[in-house]
Amino acid sequence: MLQLFRESNFDFIGKRRWAYLLSLAFIAAGLVSIAFAGGLRYGIDFSGGTLIQARFDQTVAVDRIRAALDQIKLGESVIQEFGDPREFIFRLPLAEVPAEEVTRRVQEALAKDPALGKVEIRRVEFVGPQVGRDLQIQALYAVLASMVGILIYVAVRFDLKGGVASIAAVVHDVLVCLGAMSLTGREMSLPVLAALLTIIGYSVNDTIVAYDRVRENRGKGVKKGLSFAEQINIAINQTLSRTVLTALTTFMATTILFAFGGKVLEDLAFVLTVGVVTGTYSTIYIAGALIVDWTAWVEARAQRAKKAVAKAGSA
Amino acid sequence: MRRYLWLRIGIILVAILGSLTYLYPPPGIREYLYGPGSGLARKGGLLPPTLNLGLDLQGGIHLVLGVDVDKVLESQVERAAADIRGSLEKKGIGVAQAARQGTMEMVVQLASPQSWNDALTVLNEFPAFDRKSTDQSAGRILLALREREAATQRDLAVRQALETIRNRVDQFGVAEPTIQQQGENRILVQLPGIQDPERAKALIGKIALLEFKMLDERTSVEDALAGRVPETSEVLYQRRVDKETKVERKIPYVVQKRTLLTGAELNRAEVQADPNSPGNWQVAIEFNAVGTRIFGEITEQNVGKLLAIILDGNVNSAPRINERIPGGRAVITGQFTIEDARDLVIVLRAGALPAPVKILEERSVGPSLGADSIRQGMLAIIASALVVFVFMLVYYRLSGLIADVALGLNLVILLATMAGFHATLTLPGIAGIALTIGMAVDTNILIFERIREEFRTGKTIRAAIDAGFSRAFRTVVDTHVTVLVSAAILYNFGTGPVKGFAVSLAIGIAASLFTAVFFTRLIFDLLYTGRRRIQTLSV
Repeated sequence: MLQLFRESNFDFIGKRRWAYLLSLAFIAAGLVSIAFAGGLRYGIDFSGGTLIQARFDQTVAVDRIRAALDQIKLGESVIQEFGDPREFIFRLPLAEVPAEEVTRRVQEALAKDPALGKVEIRRVEFVGPQVGRDLQIQALYAVLASMVGILIYVAVRFDLKGGVASIAAVVHDVLVCLGAMSLTGREMSLPVLAALLTIIGYSVNDTIVAYDRVRENRGKGVKKGLSFAEQINIAINQTLSRTVLTALTTFMATTILFAFGGKVLEDLAFVLTVGVVTGTYSTIYIAGALIVDWTAWVEARAQRAKKAVAKAGSA
Repeated sequence: MRRYLWLRIGIILVAILGSLTYLYPPPGIREYLYGPGSGLARKGGLLPPTLNLGLDLQGGIHLVLGVDVDKVLESQVERAAADIRGSLEKKGIGVAQAARQGTMEMVVQLASPQSWNDALTVLNEFPAFDRKSTDQSAGRILLALREREAATQRDLAVRQALETIRNRVDQFGVAEPTIQQQGENRILVQLPGIQDPERAKALIGKIALLEFKMLDERTSVEDALAGRVPETSEVLYQRRVDKETKVERKIPYVVQKRTLLTGAELNRAEVQADPNSPGNWQVAIEFNAVGTRIFGEITEQNVGKLLAIILDGNVNSAPRINERIPGGRAVITGQFTIEDARDLVIVLRAGALPAPVKILEERSVGPSLGADSIRQGMLAIIASALVVFVFMLVYYRLSGLIADVALGLNLVILLATMAGFHATLTLPGIAGIALTIGMAVDTNILIFERIREEFRTGKTIRAAIDAGFSRAFRTVVDTHVTVLVSAAILYNFGTGPVKGFAVSLAIGIAASLFTAVFFTRLIFDLLYTGRRRIQTLSV
């Protein structure tokens, strides 16, 4: 029988300071990268603009395309090779020109340079300023709504402390994903947002599995005299192989999607892959640890209050 | 636990047969399941033929149009201003100014404040307007269109635009278009399988307001361009694109503002070869009874003068009226290619848009990219299914095989459910399926790990299986709920393609409850209980 972890007994909670440090370092690196890029890079879904995917019948130089596009003066365009040296995407900022004109002008400009050969416009996406703004607001609501939904579910199913710690772990995962996106120069688009929302739902999964185990162990009255930290650590170890295995299969699927799913799905698959990894990590190292620290902090404060009351009584 | 064994086997068989029927319906049943005409659906390919593919997979164009309803209100206020001026002047009240201000307001300035009371009596005949402020000593009244009236007009404009666009799309000939109102003044148009999105956009977005106006032959073009135009006239241009050089020429005309006749009175429009200019096409039009009478009167009263035919504010042509034209027939010429002429016929037949529309969002995908996306997406699905399949088999052996069969069943049910509900499979939806493959076996992993654990504590095979399934079940539900919460929010938020992701993810996850719990449990019960049961646990 193949087995990943047999009766594992790693001290995850004991090493939580290191985990916090690692997470903070990662998130900080991501935030610095985002700050240096001048904020998250928004794709046209949110910023508005036009995206045109074109395929030439021969390999062409980016400079030639740029020269052709510069002539129509539609603002600063971004030209990127897209998975194949004959295939490119052009991103054009919002312009005064009505949307229906943009594609036609680009087509005409490209046709004027005979060196570019024949070109096929394969995809056009135009998002106007209103729609972009609407989507930004809706996106924010969607992220908040899913977090609130999960907070409520975990709080009702377990307790508020678990709910808040789950959300903290989810925020951690989202921040790591955003940082990873910025570090690899990816843009925030609708599919990426879909991936983030999925990760929000997925990341909390394993955390729930571990909490459930804590409760079950308590019900069975596992060895008396175990501290809360030890109880959590045991639960994480008991559920470790399933946490890692379930993540592993999902990781396999998303990595393959990243590699073979085509350029259009690449960003979505990337965020899912990063999210699955950080989601698993945060379940093992962060979520439980946060509850332990929180509980310790609440108890310490209660004791201080008791002492203060005792002192006041004796005085 | 061999309770209801046959019932459970029956349920599984019904699910499998039902799914296959929905995916590959036999000829007679297809019509029954998917409605008449569904036999025309695309032929197989990599995906089952009954699946409804999104525009990003089959190619097509998705447009969100904004109807500029303010323009409707503006012209309504302008028309009312002209009417009010006319009514006042008919009563002998001098009007210095009656003009629109902003979108919904109108200033009426009387020539003298003495006629104040008479003027107010006349204004009472225009109940659509509210008196916003009055200044009796100055003889000045500010009117505003009532909000209720404005709301009615806006609503009407959007519905009219919707109807007109629907007519145009119908005449253009698109299979299964979607045209619906979105929010207050947006219109969603989805045209699958369109080969030339540019042409479709031009056709939908054209206002197509055909107007007949007399030229102002008393004002010279030079004077008009220098700004010396009478209040009742304006300069309009004829645009001609040279076919060789592609350079656009603009020829100015001085045209009287008054519209004599519009395209609303048309009865017929059709394409003809232009007899005067070989290789070019023209559009012959025929008015209805009202239009024919008016057209007869216009031509009778203006023999020898120039009549401008104006389309969307551009002069198309300005022929001289040689004699009264009684039959209500005319031609629109303008160096049209046959495609231009055909499209003009379509928009003239379908009628003008009540207000300009603006493209707020466009997503169009060519058919070749759609086909590539399907190929790559399917490759990703097949590859991840294979990898997960092998992994489960190696790690859990016989139980892994059972989970793999459950996974296959999951995919079949997922696709069949999408087909049955007419849900749309999009490219992100394919990603959702790939993700489902990874997550669906999670449920089995949870169960198998639990069974192993129970077995280690010294339970018998059957007790371990029972405990494993029942203990893991609660966890499985928990994990499903959180992903479903995310998917539901995503569905509510998303636009087309992203909605597709939410749909396939949600159905896949829900189906995994059935396949990974109900189905695998049944197989375990069949294998490990009963008289000919397996004696060793293979997990």
